[in-house]
Amino acid sequence: MKNKVYIRSVGSVSAQKTYDNTSFLNKVVTYNETVTRVIDPNYKDFIPPAAARRMAKGIKMSTVSAKNALTEANTEESEVDAIIVGTGLGCIGDSEKFVSDIIDNNEQFLTPTRFIQSSHNTVAGQIALGMGCKGHNFTYVHSSISFESALLDAHMQLMNDEASTILTGGVDELVEHHVSTHRLIGHIKKDPVETMSILDSGSKGAIFSEGSHFFVVSNKKGENAYSELLGIRTFNSLERDEIEKEALSFLKEQEMTSDDIDLLILGYNGDVEFDTYYEALSQESFKNTPKAYFKHLSGEFDTASGFGFWLANKILKHGFVPQVVQLGDSSKEAPQTILIYNQYRGENHSLTLLKKC
Amino acid sequence: MSELKQQLKEKIIEQLNLEDVAVDEIQDNDPLFGEGLGLDSIDALELIVMLDKDYGIKLADPKEGRKIFESVQTMATYIEANRSR
Amino acid sequence: MGKGVAITGMGIISAIGNNVAENYQSLSTNKIGIDRITQITTIHENEIMVGEISGTNSDLENQLKIEADQWSRTVLIGAIAAREALENAGITDVNEFKTGLISGTTVGGMDKSEQYFYDYTDNPKVRQHITGLHAGDSTNKIAKYLGLEKSFVTTISTACSSAANAIMLGARMIKSGQLDRVVVGGTDSLSKFTINGFKTLMILSDTFSTPFDDDRKGLNLGEAAAYLVLESDELVAKKNKKPLAFVKGYGNANDAFHQTASSENGDGAVLAMQKALEVADLKPEEVDYVNAHGTATPNNDLSEGRALIRIFGENVPEFSSTKSFTGHTLAAAGGVEAVYSVLALQHNVIFPNLNFKTPMKEFDLTPVTEKKEKSLHTVLSNSFGFGGNCSTLIFSKNQ
Repeated sequence: MKNKVYIRSVGSVSAQKTYDNTSFLNKVVTYNETVTRVIDPNYKDFIPPAAARRMAKGIKMSTVSAKNALTEANTEESEVDAIIVGTGLGCIGDSEKFVSDIIDNNEQFLTPTRFIQSSHNTVAGQIALGMGCKGHNFTYVHSSISFESALLDAHMQLMNDEASTILTGGVDELVEHHVSTHRLIGHIKKDPVETMSILDSGSKGAIFSEGSHFFVVSNKKGENAYSELLGIRTFNSLERDEIEKEALSFLKEQEMTSDDIDLLILGYNGDVEFDTYYEALSQESFKNTPKAYFKHLSGEFDTASGFGFWLANKILKHGFVPQVVQLGDSSKEAPQTILIYNQYRGENHSLTLLKKC
Repeated sequence: MSELKQQLKEKIIEQLNLEDVAVDEIQDNDPLFGEGLGLDSIDALELIVMLDKDYGIKLADPKEGRKIFESVQTMATYIEANRSR
Repeated sequence: MGKGVAITGMGIISAIGNNVAENYQSLSTNKIGIDRITQITTIHENEIMVGEISGTNSDLENQLKIEADQWSRTVLIGAIAAREALENAGITDVNEFKTGLISGTTVGGMDKSEQYFYDYTDNPKVRQHITGLHAGDSTNKIAKYLGLEKSFVTTISTACSSAANAIMLGARMIKSGQLDRVVVGGTDSLSKFTINGFKTLMILSDTFSTPFDDDRKGLNLGEAAAYLVLESDELVAKKNKKPLAFVKGYGNANDAFHQTASSENGDGAVLAMQKALEVADLKPEEVDYVNAHGTATPNNDLSEGRALIRIFGENVPEFSSTKSFTGHTLAAAGGVEAVYSVLALQHNVIFPNLNFKTPMKEFDLTPVTEKKEKSLHTVLSNSFGFGGNCSTLIFSKNQ
């Protein structure tokens, strides 16, 4: 008998004011940019100066969202059995600086801190160090399924009784060289797009951003759990005409059909070239399923689906779908079961299934 | 010498991001590691680079740093005796 | 849970050989792969020794029949080793069963990123490397090269324990029935980035590394890729395969002591070894040989040695660090040493810890310094990384 897996709490730092978990997208911040940054919490409230002095932005954001998640779950640091993090690029800001230092200084007078922070597992390592958590400590770095890989690892451990409480999340930071190079290859939109009209942009590329989302996941339900995590599946490749079949077979394993899905959350990012994947899933079986989207609020980054996962959990807990994320006008009152589908540029697809608990 | 010590305090604060520390809070003989300023082995490596870059002093073995970086006073004394720039 | 995890194939490319057979040959004849660096221009060339793969990028591109300068060296060597692993396992249709690829890397495409860092603006011909900076991009390319479709493909980056953790995840996914078959391991090429990074930490030796020696001066960096094919019991039975060995135990723990250094008493390492023994349901005395992490840095070997004593007491099994042959291949190390552990089991031989002269002052531990034939049933392999990441794998000859 496999254990059930519950999302006990959420913590978020994003381009919206999500670090304040008492509200739920009450006041949306709108942008008219090609890249956006997170709304910074007051990091000093969370991190002592001595600890903060070497921290990259990604670590700071993650410290805040991890602490918020732990506090909300009323979980003592000593109860955490494992820390599992997904990140597309880690603390890429320090990696970039270390590379430019190597080149600019002809390999001389280099200092270790930037190199150390460049290690992709520095966020998971520093959270463990801060908490004194000696358990399983993994970091997944696989583009748009980095977060889902971490979640899948956590899910598997909790189902199989290898752990009972896990802190898991995703983080990515936005930095200059990454932005300028991705502009060159058209992955970032040429012209700014207003937040609420991203789906009508008619242009290629996405609005790049950053963020950090952490969750306490457990096989004990506890009080005030957000949802039950039923399953996650990822695919390195999928054609547009294969998505529906894979989604249905994923649901079938949970003894569900498309009719059981009350809300389909899609990773639309306004890129005309690749949003067609979401359109493909929105036909046929899921034609009448209410739908929502979120990257207009969060922006696109490797672990942006962490924001989508945060959104699904908030919807299940609060019992309504905020107007600002609704696609079309077919939204159901209080969704019980949510399926999230995400991909980036036609690769690294994920399906995540949650239900109210 | 006192000018060098002042300079070292400023550099230590800047190089090691000690945002909450002011220059006049560091006494010449305060221990830099452990108790005192609370620096660690990564900071020691940062300071070794500072010796090289700013004073032309190369340390081959990080262990040599331990004595030199005891305090701002010991650092200044060592730099005065060994600097090439 | 509780299913067996069979190793049915393996592939490797390292400084001591371009495939499994060549690596075995070198290990058996003390052919060391450490030398001066030739393929990267660096001002440190006379101060460091490295374990470089002999082929140039164009040699590797020709071998894979791909166009020039499309892939990072990390991808090139990864594709070669993963292909050998599949061939060795006799797999012709990679999509026949629920198959995954889990790869560990730390640098990913950093070799190309550092080469073209300032060139992207003016030179559109090198822009294919922009997305190569994503560590996951290297794994995706290897998956494509292998023809793997609609599958579970992911990347683990936990510094120098990455490949060991990839093997661990693969074994867990097979045990829990999520996959029938999975290619696991890691790949890392040399780069200026890691050479200079380790240089700033002042832990690079200027001569041959001497693991577990009292006068050890640090590590030699190396590059390698190594993969195993893991398959479920059911699939092994169905295909009537004879496994090379089994993944019997695994454990990952965090030292939670320091960002880069290991704790003096090796807490994380002890926890990792304990967990692995528990999963394997083995007592410490049942371990016949330990392939140590043994990087030859002052810190690692002291911490690991103490951890071995804490686990095994006075009867520490015969142990050696094969990094004296290959250099420290970072993310790939756990994969390289998994292949060597399986070779040790297959051939009943312990590979030597080269360059060792003087035991460390802190304890009475002497590694195996000459090739030794011995009947082996169980091998334990350690891999530790920055961020306090400690991993142990246990391989066995029989289920």
